[in-house]
Amino acid sequence: MKPGHGEVLIAEGDVELPQDERRLVAEFRRQLDAGLWAAVPLEHTDGRREAMMVRSFTDIPREAERVIFFPRAAGG
Amino acid sequence: MVFALLISALVALALLSDILAPRVSEQWARHRARRRIVSEPMLDPGRERRAEQTARELLRSCVGEEDWAMYRELGFIRVWGSQSNVRSGGVEYAYLIYPHRPIIAYAPQTGRLIGEYCVEFPDDTRPYGSSRLPDSDDVLAKWMALTGDERRLLATANMHMPGRQVDASQVARDLWRLSRWEQARMREIAATLDATSGQPGS
Repeated sequence: MKPGHGEVLIAEGDVELPQDERRLVAEFRRQLDAGLWAAVPLEHTDGRREAMMVRSFTDIPREAERVIFFPRAAGG
Repeated sequence: MVFALLISALVALALLSDILAPRVSEQWARHRARRRIVSEPMLDPGRERRAEQTARELLRSCVGEEDWAMYRELGFIRVWGSQSNVRSGGVEYAYLIYPHRPIIAYAPQTGRLIGEYCVEFPDDTRPYGSSRLPDSDDVLAKWMALTGDERRLLATANMHMPGRQVDASQVARDLWRLSRWEQARMREIAATLDATSGQPGS
């Protein structure tokens, strides 16, 4: 998520392919190092929706379709 | 004679300099500004609108149809609190998420307002000169942070008494609108079920 832009695709790839996975891991770290938070939107079998905050690449479910990065929260 | 005129001219020039100097300086600054290459991003009136449109699509894809309909029709999303009351079997509290306004905590059983959680998601890199996310991105960021790690978000937020930034009477009206909206939605679902099962509606 970016001000003035909305959603921006940062990287995409197949985690089953080692080359893609290395690139995705590097990008994931870069975003977190830049101070962003990362979340994976989930849909449960009963239709309930929620997000899962992830702090490392290994936290991301293998079947996750996307990870959303957004600016970290600050007291308003 | 010439010397006297020269002295008079110098005195007059000195007296006028107080008046002329600022104007000359201003004209020079304007001249320089016109020639300077402007590195600021060009103003694009449609950018914010396009960003919001993109953000709405992303929000819709994450929160699901019901919450999306709630946001589209009411302007906010209700998120249930994660800690339920064992004795009543119900949810003790819930939140209303508005774009770029504090998160409102309230008791769904009574409608009593609990507090305001003031939180922002500023992008310090300020792309396009603004640190503010589009409205729907702000809602989605709150939704993800609340459903993903409620405690962490609330620990970050500044908590205030109800009514500090969001008018309590407006929240009460929104809760009333929400209850009406949910009733109408239930009726629609019931009617659809009746129609699909072939039974006449009551």
